[in-house]
Amino acid sequence: MKVLTANRLSDGIAVWYADGGWAETVGHADIAHDKAAEDRLEAIGAAAAANNEVLDVNVIDVTIVDGLVEPVRLREKIRAAGPTIHPDLGKQASPQAQRAA
Amino acid sequence: MYRYDEFDHDFVQARVAEFSDQVKRRLAGEITEDQFRPLRLMNGVYLQLHAYMLRIAVPYGTLNSRQLRMLGQIARKYDKGYGHFTTRQNLQFHWPALADVPAILADLASVEMHCIQTSGNCIRNVTADHFAGAAADEVADPRPYAEILRQWSSVHPEFSYLPRKFKIAVTGAERDRAAIQAHDIGLHLKKNAAGQLGFAVYVGGGLGRTPMVAKKIRDFLPEADLLSYCTAILRVYNLYGRRDNKYKARIKILVHETGVEEIVRQIEAEWQQLKDTELKLPEADIQAINAYFAPPALSARPEGDALVKQARLDSKSFSEWLEQNVVTHRHPDYAAVTISLKGIGEVPGDVTDSQMEAVADIAEKYAFDELRVSHEQNLILPHVARADLKAVYDALVEIGLATANSNLISDIISCPGLDYCSLATARSIPVAQEISRRFASLERQREIGELKLKISGCINACGHHHVGHIGILGVEKKGSELYQVTLGGSADENTSVGEIIGRGFSSEEITDAIEQIVHTYLGLRLSPDERFIDAYRRVGPAPFKEALYAGETKAA
Repeated sequence: MKVLTANRLSDGIAVWYADGGWAETVGHADIAHDKAAEDRLEAIGAAAAANNEVLDVNVIDVTIVDGLVEPVRLREKIRAAGPTIHPDLGKQASPQAQRAA
Repeated sequence: MYRYDEFDHDFVQARVAEFSDQVKRRLAGEITEDQFRPLRLMNGVYLQLHAYMLRIAVPYGTLNSRQLRMLGQIARKYDKGYGHFTTRQNLQFHWPALADVPAILADLASVEMHCIQTSGNCIRNVTADHFAGAAADEVADPRPYAEILRQWSSVHPEFSYLPRKFKIAVTGAERDRAAIQAHDIGLHLKKNAAGQLGFAVYVGGGLGRTPMVAKKIRDFLPEADLLSYCTAILRVYNLYGRRDNKYKARIKILVHETGVEEIVRQIEAEWQQLKDTELKLPEADIQAINAYFAPPALSARPEGDALVKQARLDSKSFSEWLEQNVVTHRHPDYAAVTISLKGIGEVPGDVTDSQMEAVADIAEKYAFDELRVSHEQNLILPHVARADLKAVYDALVEIGLATANSNLISDIISCPGLDYCSLATARSIPVAQEISRRFASLERQREIGELKLKISGCINACGHHHVGHIGILGVEKKGSELYQVTLGGSADENTSVGEIIGRGFSSEEITDAIEQIVHTYLGLRLSPDERFIDAYRRVGPAPFKEALYAGETKAA
């Protein structure tokens, strides 16, 4: 399972592709279950980068935990939550993200 | 300290205007990321895990109160209320929006600061001994030469696209506090038998995935030849340094692969063409730059001795701070103070907006408006009257910056690691925090004595782990963080690269392993005066390996 992630051009904030747009949290990101879907996500990412919406586009491995998308690698978990040393900063600081966690 | 002249002002303003236009065009979609990336990097804008990062140059680590106050204001207005001091004596903000960067650069320019050459394959911010101009053991202040190098290297047309980044450090004392032998060029300012100033020149040091100690290629280079000789080194590097493989592109690899004798021959040949050109530094220019670094007028304050004596009797904690964080000044009535940014369990090098403003106030009131950033991620008040030490201490206690741990095990250098950095393979700050908490007792830390512990979250070694007495390198192995330990490194006048002691440790094991290493050292040192590094050099790795891994061997 994979999802599409990037950083937003204007402020660099980590975002994930969800429901036709870029969401600030990973929980409801669009999931690619097969290679064809993964290719579609990659094409969407390349187009969004070319359109100067986002940069540093990547397709990453995820799992589902309690109905929500969760990245597999520690690096991507930290991107999705915020610095582990600052629970008050990043996505983890917002009530929405806390529910997702 | 150095003040901008008209040229500097115009130059920085022009760069702010230029980059502001580039940002505007990028946000409007007129230029692509591929086009913009080298431009933003030349202006200190990186992309990290959570956001952009802005790296601000603090030339040779020297700041005044106005500048530190502005950094505090920027932290509050545009970032998340804190900044991170780095091992290149710079400051990083971890959360700026790209759209805000032009405004931040304009604010920085208003206090004679910028982000130029804090990234890219150019000559980076020149670093210097953080006690420069104050240290009792100093031959001369190295900063005027660092400033000359800054002026020479800023947008140098020949050296803006080097094979790789290039770092220069300068020290003016025998005791090296600027890690010059871990730099591409290290300069040791000294006097010859005739009393003339010049430099011992070291080339080809560096950390990263291939750590190398720099080679001394000249014992005494007259000061007038500083730029011609550095130009000769850079020319040889620019011509022959590898561009096919970024991991082999630093000058250390060129020096290693070419051999010292041959590289010296090439540099000397190049220098013969340059030494009598316009690159020869005129004495008047050296004097003019020196005048900018004229020390403050330190009036006699002989009452300090009695006041310090009394304050020590009144307060044990002041007394400990004095012994640990205050060093001898060239003027007997003064001292240089280390403000530890390594509070127990805190993030090494981090400082809040209000702390920056408060420290700026302290510097203005008690330290002639002067501050330094050390490559060990602390702040320094270089000139404080001994009579004012208690007042400075009390003011630092109020803002939580009076931790008396300079040069002790909790005075840890740590890179941002995987909590922020997109290159990192493991977290480094949480490891630093846990070790700091484990050794929280100041009494225990002082019993252990000087111990330089340095942590990097990837092989690029921003946390200088190779030259830590104890070094920790975080890597990713099978999806988990694993920490390799090196012992015996040092970054002083006897620079050495630490040796990997054995298999790595998990994040749960690493603090216990460090404690075991310290315990082993305490058991084998000849006396409390034998520092960890000296004991390690005497006994080698065997006792430490035995302590860490003997159980495993027996079990196997």
